[in-house]
Amino acid sequence: MEYLSNILFAIVLVAGIGFFTKNVLRLSRNIKLGKDVDVSDNKPQRWKNMAKIALGQTKMVVRPVAGFLHIIVYAGFIIINLEVLEIIIDGLFGTHRIFASLGSVYNLLIGSFEILALLVIVAVVIFWIRRNIIRIKRFVNPEMNGWPKNDGNIILYIELVLMTLFLTMNAADYQLQLLDVPHYAKAGAFPVSQFIASLFSDMSISSLIVLERTAWWLHIIGILCFLNYLYYSKHLHILLAFPNTYYGSLEPKGKLNNLEAITKEVKLMMDPSADPFAAPAEDDSVPEKFGASDVKDLSWVQLLNAYTCTECGRCTSSCPANLTGKKLSPRKIMMDTRDRLEEVGKNIDANKGVFVDDGRQLLGDYITKEELWACTTCNACVEECPVSISPLSIIQDMRRYLVMEQSAAPVELNNMMSNIENNGAPWPYNQMDRLNWVEE
Amino acid sequence: MSNDKLRVPTMGQCMAEGRKPEVLFWVGSAGSFDDRAKKITRAFVKILNKANVDFAVLGTEESCTGDVAKRAGNEFLFQMQALMNIEVLNGYGIKKIVTCDPHSYNCLKNEYPGLGGVYDVIHHTQFIQDLINSGKLNVTGSLYKGKRITFHDPCYLGRANNEYDAPREVLKKTDANIIEMKRNKQTALCCGAGGAQMFKEPEKGDKDVNVLRTEDALRTKPNIIATGCPYCITMMTDGVKNKEKEDIVKVMDIAEIIATAEEL
Repeated sequence: MEYLSNILFAIVLVAGIGFFTKNVLRLSRNIKLGKDVDVSDNKPQRWKNMAKIALGQTKMVVRPVAGFLHIIVYAGFIIINLEVLEIIIDGLFGTHRIFASLGSVYNLLIGSFEILALLVIVAVVIFWIRRNIIRIKRFVNPEMNGWPKNDGNIILYIELVLMTLFLTMNAADYQLQLLDVPHYAKAGAFPVSQFIASLFSDMSISSLIVLERTAWWLHIIGILCFLNYLYYSKHLHILLAFPNTYYGSLEPKGKLNNLEAITKEVKLMMDPSADPFAAPAEDDSVPEKFGASDVKDLSWVQLLNAYTCTECGRCTSSCPANLTGKKLSPRKIMMDTRDRLEEVGKNIDANKGVFVDDGRQLLGDYITKEELWACTTCNACVEECPVSISPLSIIQDMRRYLVMEQSAAPVELNNMMSNIENNGAPWPYNQMDRLNWVEE
Repeated sequence: MSNDKLRVPTMGQCMAEGRKPEVLFWVGSAGSFDDRAKKITRAFVKILNKANVDFAVLGTEESCTGDVAKRAGNEFLFQMQALMNIEVLNGYGIKKIVTCDPHSYNCLKNEYPGLGGVYDVIHHTQFIQDLINSGKLNVTGSLYKGKRITFHDPCYLGRANNEYDAPREVLKKTDANIIEMKRNKQTALCCGAGGAQMFKEPEKGDKDVNVLRTEDALRTKPNIIATGCPYCITMMTDGVKNKEKEDIVKVMDIAEIIATAEEL
């Protein structure tokens, strides 16, 4: 019986991490459904981008209020999680505050965790007010109705509960330390929880121990639950922001990739020595589909983008189309891509590892033509994203599908394109008149 | 603007004379055909003439870069245009290109190299800045002294290629009072023409993008809305008309401002 709690703890820990691992594998399988793309270039610059943008939060602070509050929560979670290490060791080996032997360093650590925890609570409350009371526009766009809105709030509630449990645990511990209870050796500094502890001054030692143990257990179970909530939530960004900023584009934002398969065909067309009646080269591969109509046509980096998106809506709040009441919302493009990818993933799971055509696709069933054609390709969404997501690249790939596979461009654009084909300008003017401006 | 004859050699003429100009001026389709944009083209050539720049144009050998087709999703048409243009450009051994159109600039600079067209591509605001800095062009006129000018960043010069300073530095030389809009540089709002929108009706919404952007600009109480893109010029001019302010607010390209400042 002596080791019951240790065994129980080990079971909870293994289950929590095991389930999380299962979801990570599913996540990685889904992302790999995307087309391969070479992102092995310029590693030093990629590490630098990750350090600056994800670790250093440089793009978050472009909007100072949200950026500052976010840094608090971010730092809080990274730093307070050092405490989780101690909790795991204590839980497995039945020790209590194993790092207490660090002495004054330990006091400093626990003290700063407490202050951070308090700041996190303040930040989380402000975040909640921004979402639910002030209702800042980017949090109440139509695509946020339902689950996305609840998801945002659930995350805030979990963070609030976790921080409260952490402080309650420390407060009970502190009170027990004051009462010289054995096993609760004097360790740590409690600049915040000492005030909570004063509320507990009338409690008996046994109830204090129950309180301390309950808070301790709920805290670690809560953390494991939160870890497993990530996969079902927009909150995955706390992990994926790092690879996503690493794999983010290093090119000037204006550069749109050239499709190589098309280069080959165009070169062949333009080659005067090519025999138009020649038998096709012995290449029995399926002709490549141009552009994207479903998630599998996108690159794995674009799919990683979709899982990384935390739906902050900075993109949408800067999108000229969205600002003028058009349906396009770059955030929705990312949310749709993720939702469809999840649907495809579940289809694969349900059909023993093979995707069975479900008659649905990203284009049409999730993203409409109207949204795609409203984009001005201005790169405001790409510029705004704090974690290097490019909604524009998905929009462009889907336009390519519409135009090259379906000839489904708006009629005015078809006119413009036939002008280019016929006379080398988007307007119906003769190429021979190109120099007329000199004499006018 | 005075109507002194412009000196506009073509690459063909230069080749016949056995000389190689230092820089090719890529006029672009808008600059060649759009009545408003042609004025920008002429203004820029006046600057080139005044600074004795050894340049030439392709003239009737120039064709659409294909940029707008690419943005619309027609990669085939883009690459056809690009490969044809690259053949002409490489045939003349062109090394350096200047253009007044940020869309051509972006396309030639970023998308042609992958297809075999590698050039040093410069936007005309950068080129004018270089001319001023190297002393080849002096801006001494006081026509714009104290005038309130706000600069609208073209997306394909600014966000797309990170050039925010050159047009502003050039404007400063006119002693104008430069006032920034609230959304400027990285956060500048698009004029609404990009991504092939120039050639189609906008989707259903509650406002046109160019009107929203013009409101941004008008809030600075400008005498002049300056920009560096022929499409932005069209959109902002329409926006100003929509707000019935065309009598008091002018929309001008940087090249026009410099050319008129010098009474070229």
